[in-house]
Amino acid sequence: MSVGEWTQVLLYVGVLLLCVRPLGAYMAAVYEGDAPRGVRFLAPFERLIYRACGVKAEVEMSWKQYAGAMLLLHVVGFVVLYGLQRLQGMLPLNPAGLGAISPDSSFNTAVSFVTNTNWQGYGGETTMSHLTQMAGLTTQNFLSAAAGMAMLVALIRGFVGRQTASVGNFWVDLTRSTLYILMPLSIVLALVLVWQGVVQTLDPYVTISPARSFFGADGGGVSEQRLALGPAASQIAIKQLGTNGGGFFNANSAHPFENPTPLSNFLQCLAILLIPAALCHTFGRMVRDTRQGWALLAAMTIVFIGFLGVGLWAESRPHPRAAEMGLSTSPVDGPIGNMEGKEVRFGVVNSVLWATATTAASNGSVNSMHDSFTPLGGLVPMVLMQLGEVIFGGVGSGLYGLLLFVLVTVFIAGLMVGRTPEYLGKKIEAFEMQMASIGVLVPCLCVLIGTAIAVMLPGIGASITNPLPHGFSQVLYAFSSAGNNNGSAFAGFGANTPAHNLLLGLAMLLARFWVAIPVLAIAGSLAGKKHVPASSGTLPTHTPLFIALLIGVVLIVGALTFVPALALGPIAEQVEMAGVK
Amino acid sequence: MFEQLKTSVLMVLIFSVVTGLAYPLAITGVAQLAFPKQAGGSLIMRDGTAVGSELIGQSFDAAEYFWGRPSATGPAPYNGGASGGSNLALGNPAQLDALRIRVAKLRAADPEQGAAVPLDLVTASGSGLDPHISPAAAAYQAARVARARGLPLEEVRGLVAAATEPPQWGLLGEARVNVLRLNLALDGRNDR
Repeated sequence: MSVGEWTQVLLYVGVLLLCVRPLGAYMAAVYEGDAPRGVRFLAPFERLIYRACGVKAEVEMSWKQYAGAMLLLHVVGFVVLYGLQRLQGMLPLNPAGLGAISPDSSFNTAVSFVTNTNWQGYGGETTMSHLTQMAGLTTQNFLSAAAGMAMLVALIRGFVGRQTASVGNFWVDLTRSTLYILMPLSIVLALVLVWQGVVQTLDPYVTISPARSFFGADGGGVSEQRLALGPAASQIAIKQLGTNGGGFFNANSAHPFENPTPLSNFLQCLAILLIPAALCHTFGRMVRDTRQGWALLAAMTIVFIGFLGVGLWAESRPHPRAAEMGLSTSPVDGPIGNMEGKEVRFGVVNSVLWATATTAASNGSVNSMHDSFTPLGGLVPMVLMQLGEVIFGGVGSGLYGLLLFVLVTVFIAGLMVGRTPEYLGKKIEAFEMQMASIGVLVPCLCVLIGTAIAVMLPGIGASITNPLPHGFSQVLYAFSSAGNNNGSAFAGFGANTPAHNLLLGLAMLLARFWVAIPVLAIAGSLAGKKHVPASSGTLPTHTPLFIALLIGVVLIVGALTFVPALALGPIAEQVEMAGVK
Repeated sequence: MFEQLKTSVLMVLIFSVVTGLAYPLAITGVAQLAFPKQAGGSLIMRDGTAVGSELIGQSFDAAEYFWGRPSATGPAPYNGGASGGSNLALGNPAQLDALRIRVAKLRAADPEQGAAVPLDLVTASGSGLDPHISPAAAAYQAARVARARGLPLEEVRGLVAAATEPPQWGLLGEARVNVLRLNLALDGRNDR
């Protein structure tokens, strides 16, 4: 890698970390009902929404009421989104005249966007009308992200609360997340993206007539080129900021109309990790001990950089057959490293940086095709998802997922020294550990059992588009993605079949709600407990020792669960490839 | 419970209007006013018709034009209505065959060119619409294009240099050559 390429990586990590403090503090103020003066003009809108929806903002909810409200929102959102897809042929804002989407694909997509996964079994420009993209998908991009952030805030209140039954008001947290955080950031990002060349129009497509002289003597060139257009920038901004990831076009952020320049790429990639990283500081502020937030951010950043390094190494090595085929192997002759499925304007480095960020976060958008990565290069995004989307993770959901691992870590540390584990002054007891275990293990079950069922289904061969062992990796990747609400894919995999739409849809539902509901249960249980003052026997949870312990627990749970499956896929492929060389 | 359900329905409705209609339509309005060219696809106009987009590649395979990257879109390459990559694994025999065929085609078009083939010229992009090639890939083809057009090599190299974009702000992304712009410039040169 060249100096310029290292600079880009450092610049990315540096800018990301610099944004954490201001944005984290701002979000903490918003959730504590103390929005900064600059955004107080939004307060009347906030009150208007409450009045229109019959929300009593001052009424606090128990964890069960909070979970009930969250589930109802998702059920209604699902019904609306399913309906929009099934009826889009008769609805307005459909200039390309696209027809109704099949029931199984509509189910899968509705689940996918409601659960903040944004797995896409369909190609955007050939399937979805503008109305479905805007009123259906963009709305759920906002709401699913805001719901994730709300649930994190509820969990934080569980740590902060003193012998209370309440964890806050779901509707208030949801509205504030959208109005004060997601919306302003999206507006700014969307406009910058348009400036860089992302399309934003209601025209469905434009027809290009290449200049006459382009028809070469040997029939080269095309007679006409039809370019899909649409209101893309507004959706792309929230797709990145809300760790949603669902592209407007089939090629997602590899499409030049979705991600035209290195600057648009940098900003989108930054937007992927921006809120998940900043929420660590929000957490620290709200529990009145910012060191706790920095410790979690440090753990995430260390794991992120480690995986980034492996990915960069794997993808920037020369093609294994380069010398034999007469391909470039030195930078003087052309790009080296793996360029299949990557764009020239991004090169290997920005493609790997994106792949790492999008799977560390549960974003799932892509700017290069992960299916064509080298075996080890493809293993990195797969493992980052399998770790449970806790290395930054989804907005809100990433940090509450990591906090489950924190509870497991203090529990293990407590076992080692024979003391009742505590975290932030709250005793961690059997109920919390049961809930944390469910939250940690259910996504693992979805991935492994889902993969096992899928490979046994008749007709799986038609969906697998690469020879084994890579073909197995395609299935494992799909379920790692759905089972952790990521949404990226080894995109050659033919996932748009009724069986896969159903299986992957179920995995997404289980992974979202069987983590979210245990998290809220923990919030309720902790809120009801007394605060125990720290003593000399309390394990400090902001030290390098604790950070190392936490990383160890995350990696060991991941490794114990997934190494056998990985050995059948990317690891076997890497060994095989080294063999032919 | 019923009250919560009513709130849920109203919340989804209100946010569908605010985030699903007002937000994208407002962005569309501002974008059309402030950045009309970009918002409409960065089209390149010649005599009132769109001959291409600065951001979307086109398929070239005549000797007198610079070729872009292979495109895996179906049914035809550079199909702007259905983007996508090959999604072939590195070790897939189909991928290795494709590489060999592309290398052979480049070599056949210019048997005198003995340099290593730039990797981006024989690998399909992620979108299938990549408008760029690396500067090395342009340099590799310069002699062929000059010969086919009867232009001095130095002149073609000059056009390549003029069409080469450095990393954005000298820092972000990779140096690259916009193939369509370069080919338009070549045609303009011959017309004069």
